[in-house]
Amino acid sequence: MQTFELIAPGAAWRDGDAFIAGGTDLLQLMKNEVVAPRRLVDLSDALSHDIVATDANLELGALCGMNQTAMHDGVKKQWPAISQALLSAASPQIRNMGTIGGNLLQRTRCGYFRDVGFPCNKRQPGAGCPAIRGDNRELAIFGGSAQCIATHPSDLPVALMAFDAELELTAPGGKTRRVPIAGFYRPPGDTPDIETVLLPGEMIVKVHVQSSAAARNSCYVKVRDRTSFAFALVSAAVGLDIANHQIRDARVALGGVAPMPWRLTHVEDALRGKPATAEAFAAAAACAGDGAKGAGGNDFKAELARRTVLRGLHTVAERENL
Amino acid sequence: MIVGQSIDRQDGRRKVLGQAKYAAEASADGMAHAILVQSTVAAGTISGIDTSKARAMPGVLEILTPDNADKLNLKQGARQPVTFPLLQGNEVLYSGQHVAVVVAETLQQAQAAAAKVSVRYRAGEAVTIMDAVLSQAYEPKKFDNGRSKPDTKVGDPDAAMQGAAAMVDATYITPIEHHNPMELHVAIAQWNGDRLTVRTATQAISGAQETLATLFDIPKENVTVICPFVGGGFGCKGNTWPHVALTAMAARKVNRPVKLEVTRQQMFTSNGYRARTVQKLKLAADSDGKLLAIRHDGLSQTSQPSTGEFAETVGVESRMLYACANIATTHRLVSVNQGLPTFMRAPGEASGNFALESAMDELAVALSMDPVELRLRNYAEFDPTSGRPFASKGLRACYRQGAEAFNWSRRTPPPGSMRDGRVLIGMGMATSTYPTNRMAASALVRMMANGDVLVRSGTQDLGTGTYTTMAQVAADVLGVPVERVRVELGDSRFPPAPVSGGSMTSASVLPAVQQAAFQVRDKLLALTGWNASGDLRLDNGVVRGPDRQMSVGDAMARGGVPSVEATANTKPSPDADKYTRHAFGAQFAEVRIDADLRTIKVSRWVGAFDCGKVISAKTARSQLIGGIVFGIGMALMEETRVDPEFGRIVNANIAEYHMPVNADIPDIQTIVVESPDTISTPLGLKGIGELPTVGVAAAIANAVWHATGTRVRELPIRLDKLLV
Repeated sequence: MQTFELIAPGAAWRDGDAFIAGGTDLLQLMKNEVVAPRRLVDLSDALSHDIVATDANLELGALCGMNQTAMHDGVKKQWPAISQALLSAASPQIRNMGTIGGNLLQRTRCGYFRDVGFPCNKRQPGAGCPAIRGDNRELAIFGGSAQCIATHPSDLPVALMAFDAELELTAPGGKTRRVPIAGFYRPPGDTPDIETVLLPGEMIVKVHVQSSAAARNSCYVKVRDRTSFAFALVSAAVGLDIANHQIRDARVALGGVAPMPWRLTHVEDALRGKPATAEAFAAAAACAGDGAKGAGGNDFKAELARRTVLRGLHTVAERENL
Repeated sequence: MIVGQSIDRQDGRRKVLGQAKYAAEASADGMAHAILVQSTVAAGTISGIDTSKARAMPGVLEILTPDNADKLNLKQGARQPVTFPLLQGNEVLYSGQHVAVVVAETLQQAQAAAAKVSVRYRAGEAVTIMDAVLSQAYEPKKFDNGRSKPDTKVGDPDAAMQGAAAMVDATYITPIEHHNPMELHVAIAQWNGDRLTVRTATQAISGAQETLATLFDIPKENVTVICPFVGGGFGCKGNTWPHVALTAMAARKVNRPVKLEVTRQQMFTSNGYRARTVQKLKLAADSDGKLLAIRHDGLSQTSQPSTGEFAETVGVESRMLYACANIATTHRLVSVNQGLPTFMRAPGEASGNFALESAMDELAVALSMDPVELRLRNYAEFDPTSGRPFASKGLRACYRQGAEAFNWSRRTPPPGSMRDGRVLIGMGMATSTYPTNRMAASALVRMMANGDVLVRSGTQDLGTGTYTTMAQVAADVLGVPVERVRVELGDSRFPPAPVSGGSMTSASVLPAVQQAAFQVRDKLLALTGWNASGDLRLDNGVVRGPDRQMSVGDAMARGGVPSVEATANTKPSPDADKYTRHAFGAQFAEVRIDADLRTIKVSRWVGAFDCGKVISAKTARSQLIGGIVFGIGMALMEETRVDPEFGRIVNANIAEYHMPVNADIPDIQTIVVESPDTISTPLGLKGIGELPTVGVAAAIANAVWHATGTRVRELPIRLDKLLV
């Protein structure tokens, strides 16, 4: 790890600065020399820790803890998929340190990215990507490019994607804008080093989520290699608005399969207006792997995605019937 | 008798309170900090190392490279197994090989500077994956610590297979695995003239002492190695790996104490690993299930020959586990550009048993026979390869008691036939065995005038219970409560003891403790001046006869001595070699597999073990459940993955190298079948450090087959292998 200066927010943003909140990811990256910021801007007193949950919407301060948010009664009741996604992440210790804003910006777990002994286009554009032709079991089947197929590792954004969350961003100088999460992450293309639309010095300050029947009736299914403390092979946030056995609205997003949380609008379209039956679920879930581009070791994820979505649909529908 | 009872471990309280100081927690006046720099290519030579930028950084004291490293004595030490990489040349044989050591005032300064050392390579051609070069396999020169030959054959297996009623012919693969003990490797080295003191995390202070004395060409007495506590070893702390000598070299260079801790990532290339194996198994049986032939051909990965040699003894179990007149085993090595493999909890046995016991399950299926019944029909009453009798064998009772506790009879044989809604239930079993090893060891026992006892040996406690068992044995002989016995170990100035490997610490050290305690008792009784020593006994600091008594203090005063002590040196009986000496067990596993997502959960476990006489019931149980958990990781999760192009490990961290967490582990029931082996030791014990890991992977693979009908022959068994 290289030496750095810890500073309070407010100073003019310089090239080489980085924000630190919980530090659960950044410190690992610094120890492994993947990043070497010269100054760390300590956000611990600068941003909101508040959770405001009303009947209409949810507002999360960027510094809300992962456990704090997951355990919040309003979140559990109105956005169960968000609570479940957070609780499925990491370990209790990490969830106590990790923040909402930081979780949205967690870097990929691709082993090639995290070991400076390998070339990596995400660390150094143009260096090459041995991962695509190498050990790719955990990597993306959707949304990758010839330069990079690293996945976004976090669970929370998958649930946020399903419910059209908006991120409130503040740039140096105080200018604020709102970006839908669907437009927040950038596909890797030829610039896998640029992962979001954040401008230099701009930060996530709040997360906004509307309430909805589909959000109230939602779940998060995470499939992984061990029961706890593992990143998703495939995960799914699923929400259904069912009235009179008809599906009025459906929300489906996948995690662990793409460089960003991956919304399955074609699966949602296949469900909307259909009767809430096992046949309809099976038909829609069967499309969940459509368009997948495997690299060999990760080919199984397309089939696993279908099964994970189907499990999510059944889980939500069964709860609705109770 | 305190031996055999369930008592709290002697070091438990100190550990819980943080008072047990591990090697890395030590400090020394003026101590500097060192960090290893490792290669990023898998083959070639170092063409130049630019240290100018790193040397200019704050606090940097020295940077060792092959250009300025001290020349070490690599020749003389016949028992010095790891001599690479010690910065003695520019050759690079694997990615992650030590190429430099940065020494600085603080750890942070050393870390920062280490990242700025720039190494240039002339890259060579690397062999990164064993499977691509299986045809270049060769016979190992060093095998099984010299106890047996790589190839064995009794009868004529190939001929005996002709016309068999049932056959299995299959290939099984086990991946590279890493030990990943919680405690990182570390050394703190300090020179005083030509005397060297090293605090290090090791399973063998005697080995470290000998290795360092050889490398630095100084008398063994000049080297002191200290290691009172070990935070897990599992085999990776059995050898004295090069970072220890490099720490000492750095300390000599800067003329200050130096501490070097291997990072978690570096733990994947600095201290060995369980080698990848490719094993071909052939079994043949008649229609009654009697084995006609066993053929086990094992290939295991090793490093380049110039780094030394390590062979996984995958076939040794197949030589002795089942009654069969025709058994052949072979072992071959395949060189790749990786570091030297090493012992990992049940080396050879754990990997070989996965193949043999999976194949036995496949044979049971082919015969439509219950897997336990198949094993009973082939129960070996003597070692079928050597012809020797077993020193003791309680395996039949393990099968019976294990099956009963597990409710094995409820198992319905067809795969997929046991379900709980959308959950597939599978039950599998496997036999376990591990040799009862023992080496020469020594111990000192001293009784003080107040009746307190000190026991001392240059052995190690890996967290396994050595402090506790040593105290128990001495307490019984000297008639004191175990609380009055203080045990000291982990210091090379104490009476020497062997490496804590091969499950042999208890078998080696406890006879020495017992022998020394007997001598102390006899000396004390003699000090009373009473004649009828046969009628005398020690009772909590008092010598008691039928009609008289004397405190041990008075007895010592009478003899004019402040305390009474004895040192005993013990070694295995020459008769031991006339027997095959093994511990045995039967493992029973239940798995619950999600019918759709194929996630695998171990839901029940029963392990019944014949581990001879148990010394400490509580730490024995800890060993048994720990070994089973270790095996569950092997079965379902553990795999070190190597990039095929760069030959570099992709998951060199414990976020992506998965080991079980609590949520993966069910309640584990262990049953002890005591079948004392008094041939191996007078105490009747058998080592249990490794036995409980053996058989776990096969029991799970067999249960997975029973749940799903899918036979997974390559570890680890992850859900994608069941998705098809």
